[in-house]
Amino acid sequence: VNIGQWLLWGFAATIVLTTLLAGTQGLGLTRINVPYLLGSMLTPRRDRAKIYGFLMHLGLGWMFSLVYLATFHQLQRATWWLGAVIGLLHGSFVLIAGLPTLPGLHPRMANPHGGVTLHRQLEPPGFLGLNYGVQTPVSVLVAHGLFGAILGALYRI
Amino acid sequence: VVDEIQSYGVIGDGRTAALVSRSGSIDWLCWPQFDGPALFAALLDPERGGRFSISPARPCRTTRNYVDDTNVLVTRFEAGEGSATLTDLLPIASSTEDAGHAAPEHVLLRQLVCVRGMIEIDVRFEPRPRFATARVKLRAKEHGIRLELGSKLYLLRTDAPLVIVDGGCAATARLKLRSGESVSFWLVRAVEAPAVLPPLGDAVSDEIGRTIRYWRSWIARCAYEGPYREAVRRSALVLKLLSFPPSGAVVAAATTSLPERVGGDLNWDYRFCWLRDAAFTVRAFLELGYLDEAEAFVDWLMHTTRLTRPRLHVLYDVFGRPPHHERELPQLAGYRGSRPVRVGNAAAEQLQLDVYGEVIDAVAQLARHGYPLDRDTQRMLCGFGRYVCDHWSQPDNSLWEFRGPAREYTHARLLSWVALERLVELHDRGLLKRCPAERFRSERDRLRREIQRRGWSGKAGAYAQVLDGDTVDASTLLLGWYGFHDVRSRRLRANARTIRERLGAGDGLLYRYEQSRADGEGAFAICSFWLAEHLARGGGTREEARDCIDQMLGYTNDLGLFAEEIDPKSSAALGNVPQAYSHVGLINAALSLAVRDRDERRSATARAEVEVRL
Repeated sequence: VNIGQWLLWGFAATIVLTTLLAGTQGLGLTRINVPYLLGSMLTPRRDRAKIYGFLMHLGLGWMFSLVYLATFHQLQRATWWLGAVIGLLHGSFVLIAGLPTLPGLHPRMANPHGGVTLHRQLEPPGFLGLNYGVQTPVSVLVAHGLFGAILGALYRI
Repeated sequence: VVDEIQSYGVIGDGRTAALVSRSGSIDWLCWPQFDGPALFAALLDPERGGRFSISPARPCRTTRNYVDDTNVLVTRFEAGEGSATLTDLLPIASSTEDAGHAAPEHVLLRQLVCVRGMIEIDVRFEPRPRFATARVKLRAKEHGIRLELGSKLYLLRTDAPLVIVDGGCAATARLKLRSGESVSFWLVRAVEAPAVLPPLGDAVSDEIGRTIRYWRSWIARCAYEGPYREAVRRSALVLKLLSFPPSGAVVAAATTSLPERVGGDLNWDYRFCWLRDAAFTVRAFLELGYLDEAEAFVDWLMHTTRLTRPRLHVLYDVFGRPPHHERELPQLAGYRGSRPVRVGNAAAEQLQLDVYGEVIDAVAQLARHGYPLDRDTQRMLCGFGRYVCDHWSQPDNSLWEFRGPAREYTHARLLSWVALERLVELHDRGLLKRCPAERFRSERDRLRREIQRRGWSGKAGAYAQVLDGDTVDASTLLLGWYGFHDVRSRRLRANARTIRERLGAGDGLLYRYEQSRADGEGAFAICSFWLAEHLARGGGTREEARDCIDQMLGYTNDLGLFAEEIDPKSSAALGNVPQAYSHVGLINAALSLAVRDRDERRSATARAEVEVRL
């Protein structure tokens, strides 16, 4: 893996992913706020949680981009459509496997079948994140598809 | 039929406010801020507007009050077989108390407790977002009753067994509570996920306690110890409730389109910030000891006017933007048929020259308390001064926002004089550098001559509403307040006498101008407080001022709230509620009376000391 390219394009793709998800929230397509979702693991304060969550998302994006790049090297090609396909798989994984496990991982998230407590007050995402708006799955898939497409288009093997 | 305007109590969190009827129905709530779209608007249309009602199933005696020194409302339902208390609040907490747990973006809290015997209560949750234009489909899910509208989630969390009815348009329950039992209702609005879901149980009482502590710690800073202390403190709490802390703005009222004449069309949107209220509001905050709030308000004025300077708009929204264009909401029937219901305010586009004097006077008052005028502020003040010099001779729409042709109003001239007088004062004290002081001085003197020559009507024996006119206007009671004349002067005494004769509506009430009576308007609350101030500052006796304030306090509702106007025939409240201007009027009148009391006590003490020495 070309470290310089990874750092640069991994950063760029993560910024686009975060921006796109924030944009879909701003446009009223979904309520999901990924920085708040992640950052609220560390602090209950909304303003600080968003800052911590942004940094966490950036780190995770960089980390996950390594998997993309490893796949490109394995297949000996890096194209936008290949990146997009990996991105859609990644997004599907997040929706189907990642979000449903979140109440178990997140120290402040309410259990979907249990009560809300003083320390666990955050709304669980539900199947495919549908509790956060019916367009949430579409937003997540499109954002991750674009994330992969950017990496595929810009990364050179 | 919707309740009378004075039957409503108000709760708020500094972002928005809700109106609660005597029967326990929330008939007005705009989210996320004061001028946002209404979620409940039964106040303006009991059929379609939407409400959140928690009311006794059978008629019973109702009493209510605010928890002492707070904006937390408690309504008591007393039936033969039992009684219950309903506590309503928009939770708010200090930043230190807030830091320990996740807080919902926007939340309303209601707690019902049966305190004696058994009582049956009907609950009806009937949200009608966007002023009853949105399609409503409630869904019961694991954590509460949900209403999703695009990216917005409204979630009602409760331990009451609500059932969705009317095809998903409402949720209802009939509760039978026995002594000691309680149910709670959290209504959450979220635009971000994950939403914070507040817990039920003991956490509800903890939240109520936090909000009570917030209001009590705020009012504990009130330094006022003069007459009408309780009424002044309640007015301060109303003023704080109508303040928008993120920007420092203060909205004129929490509602739109409550009529100045029931059944008429004088229905305006007051959920904005009028620059006119600046000087009065700043004085109220400063004299009560709230320097931070006064500074925040003046900072908001400075920030808001940055984009349009030196031209000032009449009103802005809480973020300092010109409000949306005025439009009518035909889907709402209006308060007791008073149509149209309007949102936005066309007065925003009017020319009202008095606002310059108000803004400059507000800054000057704060400067007297040590507020630093940085170079940018000085430049801006000078810009306003030049604008006044260039434009004061123009006709305008007056402080009363007449929608007819522009005229030369005496009040506008007075405030133009105030603008230049205060700028000269600031310059002379070395606080305003590099301004055309001589020009300000000469234009100020021209204004004084014009007001004295053309504003005074020998025929009326008073200052007239318009230059060279003969009809009077209560706004000329402010000539003394602004220092244009000594309140003890022959002219101002005659002016006040004529205003009382011509504008008196009986029992201490005053119309704002002569046409009001013919138009069927109510009496304007603040005009009576202007008169009280005139009397308290030396235009009358202390007792006359007290009588005036006493009479006005008789027109508050049981919670001490004022609307904009009062119907002289029925004493009913008219216009938007609660009205910041009316409460500011009360505070300032009490402050003036306190000064008079203090001065007279000092004089009496001095006289006594002299007599002892002799």
